[in-house]
Amino acid sequence: MTENQKNITEEKNTQLEPLLEVQNITKRFPGVLALDKVSVRFYPGEVHAVVGENGAGKSTLMKIVSGAYTPDSGDVVLQGEKVSFAHPIDAYSKGVSIIYQEFNLLPERTVAQNIFLGREPARMGVIDMPQLNKNTEAVLKEMGVEKMISPTAQVSSLSVAAQQIVEIAKAISYDSKVLIMDEPTAALTNIEVKMLDDLVKRLKARGMAIIFISHRLAEVFDIAEKITVLKDGQFVNTVNVKDVAPADVVYMMVGRVLDHYFPTLGSPGDFGEVVLRVKDASNDFLKDISLELRRGEVLGVAGLQGSGRTELAQALFGVVPFKSGEIEIRGKSQSVNTPFHAIRLGMGFVTEDRKSEGIFPKQPIRDNMLMTIRALQSFFGYVLNDGVRKSRKLVPTLGKQVDVRTDSYDREIQFLSGGNQQKVVLAKWLASDAGIFIFDEPTRGIDVEAKASIHDMIRDLTKKGVAVLMISSELPEIIGMSDRVLVMHDGRIAGELAAKSSETNIMLVATGHQNRNDANTSVWAGKE
Amino acid sequence: MTTTTTTNSSQLASMFGAIWALIKKIPPIYPIFFAIFITVGILNPNYQTMNGIFVFLRRASPLAILAIGQMMVLASGGFDLSMGSMVTFVIVGSSMLLSNDPEKALPTIGIMMCVGVLVGLINGLTVSYFKIPSLIVTLGMLLLVKGVAMYWSGGAPKGYFTDNFRVFGRGNFENVPIFGKFPIALLIMLIIAVIAYFVFHKSNFGKQILAIGDNVRASQLSGVRVRLVRTLAFVISAFLAVIAGVLLGGYGGISTNVGDGLEFQAVSAAVIGGALLLGGKGSVPNVIFGAFTLEALFNLLNLLGLPKPYKDAVQGLIIIGAVAYAAFSTRKKR
Amino acid sequence: MTTSAISQNGFLRFIRRIPPVYFFLILVFVGGAILDVTFADGQMVTNPTILTNILVRSVALGIVAVGQTFVIIGASIDLSVALVVSVTAVMTSFIMQGDPAKVPLAIGVVLAIGVVTGMVNGFIITKLKVNAFIATLGTTLILRGILNASFANFKGSVPRSFEYFGYGKIGPVPVSILALLIVLLAGWFILARTKYGFQLYGTGGNVEVARLSGLRTDRVLIIAHIISSLTAVLTGLFLVSRLRAGAPWIGTDGVYDLESVATTVIGGTALAGGKGGVWGTIGGVLIFSVIDTLFNQMGVNPFMKNILRGVIVILAVASYTIRSRREAA
Repeated sequence: MTENQKNITEEKNTQLEPLLEVQNITKRFPGVLALDKVSVRFYPGEVHAVVGENGAGKSTLMKIVSGAYTPDSGDVVLQGEKVSFAHPIDAYSKGVSIIYQEFNLLPERTVAQNIFLGREPARMGVIDMPQLNKNTEAVLKEMGVEKMISPTAQVSSLSVAAQQIVEIAKAISYDSKVLIMDEPTAALTNIEVKMLDDLVKRLKARGMAIIFISHRLAEVFDIAEKITVLKDGQFVNTVNVKDVAPADVVYMMVGRVLDHYFPTLGSPGDFGEVVLRVKDASNDFLKDISLELRRGEVLGVAGLQGSGRTELAQALFGVVPFKSGEIEIRGKSQSVNTPFHAIRLGMGFVTEDRKSEGIFPKQPIRDNMLMTIRALQSFFGYVLNDGVRKSRKLVPTLGKQVDVRTDSYDREIQFLSGGNQQKVVLAKWLASDAGIFIFDEPTRGIDVEAKASIHDMIRDLTKKGVAVLMISSELPEIIGMSDRVLVMHDGRIAGELAAKSSETNIMLVATGHQNRNDANTSVWAGKE
Repeated sequence: MTTTTTTNSSQLASMFGAIWALIKKIPPIYPIFFAIFITVGILNPNYQTMNGIFVFLRRASPLAILAIGQMMVLASGGFDLSMGSMVTFVIVGSSMLLSNDPEKALPTIGIMMCVGVLVGLINGLTVSYFKIPSLIVTLGMLLLVKGVAMYWSGGAPKGYFTDNFRVFGRGNFENVPIFGKFPIALLIMLIIAVIAYFVFHKSNFGKQILAIGDNVRASQLSGVRVRLVRTLAFVISAFLAVIAGVLLGGYGGISTNVGDGLEFQAVSAAVIGGALLLGGKGSVPNVIFGAFTLEALFNLLNLLGLPKPYKDAVQGLIIIGAVAYAAFSTRKKR
Repeated sequence: MTTSAISQNGFLRFIRRIPPVYFFLILVFVGGAILDVTFADGQMVTNPTILTNILVRSVALGIVAVGQTFVIIGASIDLSVALVVSVTAVMTSFIMQGDPAKVPLAIGVVLAIGVVTGMVNGFIITKLKVNAFIATLGTTLILRGILNASFANFKGSVPRSFEYFGYGKIGPVPVSILALLIVLLAGWFILARTKYGFQLYGTGGNVEVARLSGLRTDRVLIIAHIISSLTAVLTGLFLVSRLRAGAPWIGTDGVYDLESVATTVIGGTALAGGKGGVWGTIGGVLIFSVIDTLFNQMGVNPFMKNILRGVIVILAVASYTIRSRREAA
């Protein structure tokens, strides 16, 4: 594997000039060298992915290219000319646009108002509304989406995928030659990813250079022509997608062979009694939900965006409770109406969005870890020891258990990396001794190493007898981690599949084409 | 492990380094306070005596108590602007309830405390259940409580405070060892301070207040009973306002505008003492010194000869300055 | 994937775009009328003068509320308006001293004061990065201090000719109402049809996004605060022309700070900024005027009025925010 890799470069395109080039870019932040003499070439009409672990420098590089940061040394060369951007708007005007994971849109304004913010056609300060809408119409037409999105639609009424298209339209309206996208498919369903793919092909045909950052290698291999790997702020290599396999790329990213992506699944003897049973439960979004969760197992929940997975988690945890039906926890009938109930009953919920729902940014790590215990205990208990018995010992113990990398537990958690933050969230629930864990996208936006770490921890939990419900949009994660898979579609459980079902199977059920309950085998297994 | 021989000078240097690191950790409020207080002391020799210092502390105690209450609400992510009106209500209402009868002193205080708890409950429940920003709820409550006070008294407060009511704000413990005279108000403030310290910094309740102010959604999902904790914070704040009212009434007598603007003073004191306006941070000892600093500053201005009405104007400047500085230094730390 | 075409039916589109506040207004008016007929002499519905009075009452609050709407759309707030109203009233009567010749001078001076106040507010908020609430309250304190300290030296009165603003009519329509209409139309136009208006919505909606698009958000906010102060000046001029002399408590008596915020919020402009408009605000103002008139008709004790005002403000805002799932603080 190794020798060939070193010889693979992008010599193929020597007759074309690079549209954008970064040369020897170096960028330092207090305490860390984010980029160390990185040089990459991006060609027109190509989709070029930039990959690397968290902290590898991908975002920093893109921020420099798009004008949000200035490099300490090195040059950015656009169409043969050295450029220096003082502000993102400079980059926009020169034709370099970036779309972040959290969109930069104004939800209460219309599509037209968003696209042309700050550049509206006007006479003496008065806006020419018809012209504004016409210009918007024109851009949407160029992208082939004019039937789908109206210039006067309010952005908040659009789906996530449509909003992303509006962001891209903004870029087109600046006549961008370079489009940078950060994790573009993270929030999209499979169908929407296909649409994005088509759109990207259209943009390629215009001669644009498309650069995107992604943690999802499967998609990288589907969409991109080239991959650049960064590691610890340094350039590792740029390869042609058709010349390498994902394993090669991962090796470049982490420098070792990761052949154990997932820990071994459980065997039938590992599963205990049913701890959670739901029968015919419904609320405004979910219909007739029935499921069983046993001790020691990982029950995966798959489905497309909007199929109700997060709503299921929220209903089980009391955030948006069920309105009818039965819930039994450890054999006793219960009604879970608030998260407080759920926690009291021994449940834990590691949410999708740790930043807004999981962590307390300004509080020290130790307080983040202890928050649920505190909530469960009396207000003024154990006042002399910070409210929690033996907290001095408990915190470091938990920290080791979840492998948090930090120099002090008194540091504010907001200064930790995403992966470490997620580990602290996990510690919080471990501390509360929950017997039923619900995970919603447990490894989203986390680098490969931390991902593996968390997967191992989840499997360890089940070995200790904890029951795990795991929602994930990453099919490899579902297939790799689940002892059984529930597939949701349209607010219902559309099917239950056995371990190691194929992606095709799961997708079929998720798109509503099948409504089968297969505990053991699927007729479709083997027909890929 | 390699051993290194260190010379005397580098040992000294590392010692200085350690001391400097410690010094950097001290919140800026303390040196600021001492600087101002020493200046006041120089200008007015009275403040150089133990007695003078106690006079100052007695006068600053009500504000310190208010600042503690305000800080708890600020830390939970809200504002309590009804404090000043509560003080006015307590003063005006007590004078009428007492009607010169010393027997009525304790019951009156008891009634006022109940009213305080009630107001705090209304504040907290309205914010929690009706989801209205506390800014608006407590501003409305400011109007309401003051309106009730005015309506009840017909605009002009009657009666006097009895001596046993006034003693809290005005009186001293005599013949205390070392100190001589020790103001009762100061003792009350210290007791409250100690309790507040444990409640806020060392108890589960206090940490949950910070959690709510930091991230409400995460608090809910972590099992924090947000509505309960937040309501209690408002109740504490209103209750402390009642105590401050009793102290202020004892000290200053009856008037309808004692309370005007006190909530802003409390907010300034809390902010100078490092509470973040957005919630999630706070410290009891720091805000107490914030209150002391504010009081010292007012004293300083008086000594420099600024006429009374300008106090408002200067206070406005102080608030803006304090918040700007706090915002600036918070940003520097990141 | 959702398609996002709005209903093409013109009339339905219009109905859907009416701010919900107007439905409340109808409710309040009908309810008030019933109360009035039952407990008072029913004049509110029968006497056209009283109805006109409702509108005139709306002028003072309405003009300043339009300015407040601008600021709130920008995700800021201006609590200094009550004091600006007072300062305007006092300065106007002082400069005019009953002399018609001095009217232009007085107007010029107070407008200048408005601009300066707005600039100072805007500067403190954008450059010193002080929370808008604290900043404008601080300005209030500063203005109040100066006013209280010096009012004794600023007695004066307004000439009869100036009272035209407050009492005059053009045909059957009071001048003041015309003024309100002009302010409303100007406000709507700036917000909905000018680059500045779009910039304001952008800045209030998401200041980072606005900055990334190259908007000068500091300037946008400072202008919004200037507009707010200027509308407060206009209200002050209106009030002093009706009262014939200015006093420092005019602004605070009228609770213009809290009520301008409340009416804006009821009108559908979110405190978080980025959405809303003046038509909703004036609906809120009308609700308050109807209630105020009702109180007068029923002879409610003035102190009680204040109490009820506080309650109404809270309830009114509650009725709007109660729908949002987001926890308030």
